[in-house]
Amino acid sequence: MIHDTSMLAIAIFLAFVGFTLGLSFYLGSRAKSSQGYFAAHGQIPWFINGIAFAGDYLSAASFLGICGMIAFFGYDGFLYSIGYLAGWIVALFVIAEPMKRLGKYTFADVLDANFHSRGIRLAAGISTLVVSIVYLIPQMVGAGALVQPLLNLPHWFGVVLVGTIVIGIVVSAGMVSTTWVQFLKGSLLVLFSAWLTGLILYRGLEVRSGGRDGHEFRNLGPFTAEQLQSGSLTGAGGQLCEVVPASGDWVNAPFVRLRHGSTGPITAWLRDEQSDGRVLLRECQTIATVDAQIWINGAPKGTKRGENELHPVGFLENLPTDAPSTGPLGPIAFLKIFQDSRVVLWQKQEIKSEEGRTIVYFPKSVEGGQVLLPGQSPTFAGIRSGRLVDKLNFLSLMLALFGGTASLPHILIRYYTVKDSSSARKSTIVGIASIGFFYVMTLYIGLGAMTSGALDISDSNMAAPLLARSLSEWLFALISAIAFTTVLGTVSGLIIASSGAVAHDLVSIGAGRSLSDSQKVRVAKIASIAVGAIAIGLGILFREFNVSYLVGWAFCVAASANLPSLILTLFWRGTTKQGIVASVLVGMIGSVGWILLSSDAFTSIYRLPASSAWVPFSQPGIVTIPLGFVTVVVVSMLTRSGRASSASS
Amino acid sequence: MESSRLGNALFVVYLLFYVGFVGLSAFIPQVMEWRPWNGLNLAVLYGFGLILLAFFMAALYGYLRERKGSSNTP
Repeated sequence: MIHDTSMLAIAIFLAFVGFTLGLSFYLGSRAKSSQGYFAAHGQIPWFINGIAFAGDYLSAASFLGICGMIAFFGYDGFLYSIGYLAGWIVALFVIAEPMKRLGKYTFADVLDANFHSRGIRLAAGISTLVVSIVYLIPQMVGAGALVQPLLNLPHWFGVVLVGTIVIGIVVSAGMVSTTWVQFLKGSLLVLFSAWLTGLILYRGLEVRSGGRDGHEFRNLGPFTAEQLQSGSLTGAGGQLCEVVPASGDWVNAPFVRLRHGSTGPITAWLRDEQSDGRVLLRECQTIATVDAQIWINGAPKGTKRGENELHPVGFLENLPTDAPSTGPLGPIAFLKIFQDSRVVLWQKQEIKSEEGRTIVYFPKSVEGGQVLLPGQSPTFAGIRSGRLVDKLNFLSLMLALFGGTASLPHILIRYYTVKDSSSARKSTIVGIASIGFFYVMTLYIGLGAMTSGALDISDSNMAAPLLARSLSEWLFALISAIAFTTVLGTVSGLIIASSGAVAHDLVSIGAGRSLSDSQKVRVAKIASIAVGAIAIGLGILFREFNVSYLVGWAFCVAASANLPSLILTLFWRGTTKQGIVASVLVGMIGSVGWILLSSDAFTSIYRLPASSAWVPFSQPGIVTIPLGFVTVVVVSMLTRSGRASSASS
Repeated sequence: MESSRLGNALFVVYLLFYVGFVGLSAFIPQVMEWRPWNGLNLAVLYGFGLILLAFFMAALYGYLRERKGSSNTP
């Protein structure tokens, strides 16, 4: 879709960014020591820290990715909300207080508390870097997606903009400014999401036949097989359409292409077989790339006469009462009526032929009750099949989401910014309350977007901001600015976690001695710039992925690399330093390797057939998390006699 | 150690509910279509339930720890 630039949105966006940077530079003048830079002097009040947890955790994946996934596929996106929140139970009941007791700056502090081992610091430092970078990718992708409708600038510009601003925030003041940015962002995100949810409920549900641009999606026919084979059909308004002969992938695809008039545009139509054997043709939308030029629905992309842009989508086909709209609804009634309605969802299929590559987006009418069940999206469709491998893929992701939260370095270091274990516990409870409240709202925001008539079918990540635009330009401006600060808050946390690991764990080992306070801060600032630059590059490379899906991978890597060693260090006295090092490396390499050899990576990154993948399913957690635990236990038992000596090495 | 036992016990309770949800979704997905309350299906109710349960258990844990006089170890 081509989005209009909103001056209001730009003004509010610039005000938010300006305020955030101003705050960072102001706080920067108050954080001079290493303790201040990395852990905000351990003096952040527990309530502020709890909301900052929400600001740190509710990333682009939560706001843009989950809402987008729910808007496109329904309940499957909500599975992420459930899994993400459940992970906080591990953090609160198992990790929070020992983390505060045993650590000071980085995740490695806890693993290394009993051993003082360079090997543990090296492994944990590398793991922190890898997990943070994998987690940074979706944040940067989300930033790029936001800038497109907001500033009408290309995706890469948004990625570079976020990278540059965040590097500025982190370099200027470290954890102090990061905490306050996250507190602000967490508060605003929860409050404005509540407002957005209220407006969705007030608007209620309505039946439409197209999106908010006024285009009504048409059906042609039904036609008999003979009529389709005759080569010409009568379209809407009696216009004669020529059936374009199929070639390449079009031969076996469920679509018919029609040329309107003798020289008109070629459009794609879904063949919908009727019970009487005739075929109803349903209007699709297409993006074709021919000789490096982009064509939309059979005409060059653009807004001038003779050019086309994608039509917004997202509407209900009918309501249970056959009324055109419901009016304001309560939260229970909204879900109940949605469940008994029919909604039009859009799926896509890629077609290759000698003319070029075409992505066809085609409509599918689905009962609301089916949309509110797991298994509607391609990611989780296997749940409804009998294939064990597909079920394992689902179990694997849910395991990773459960275990991943308590293994994310940028979340773990937030336990060092409060003064004691009690504050760590209380701030986690505040975090759970605010994050849980937000995740309940994601279902309403996602379904609101699904029925808003404002969805961009080519970009699921934009569902929430475009929903806001369908309600009010002011709300769109505010939500976009908040979403942007959402990215800023999380990216700041990730970069500071990475730079802390470099300064405390990696460079100290490389230098063979402990660095002075000022050296650590300087190294961390240089590392922030380097990690930010890597994140910018990867954010541009992975632009086509749903951000929530990418975060699922980050959770898998974090849970596989960090969780087993962390849990067993805290609760099993037999753990040895060799066991910890082996577990971190095996979990990290195993999970990253699995992801890179999976069918999702083959199709989306390497552009190869899914059947070429080396591993049977895409989510590695169900294999690599237990593998991490087994590695700690086995290696520790094999090296146990050396524990006393290892503690002094 | 007492706080650790309390935390572990609450963790196990929540884990059982979570495993139940994931197991039903994966192996008996048709159960999620059942509408036990107010016309809403089990998938929606169980999902919201897990989020609310997390909050209530967290609040309960905080209350019990405060009542017993928690450690303020820095």
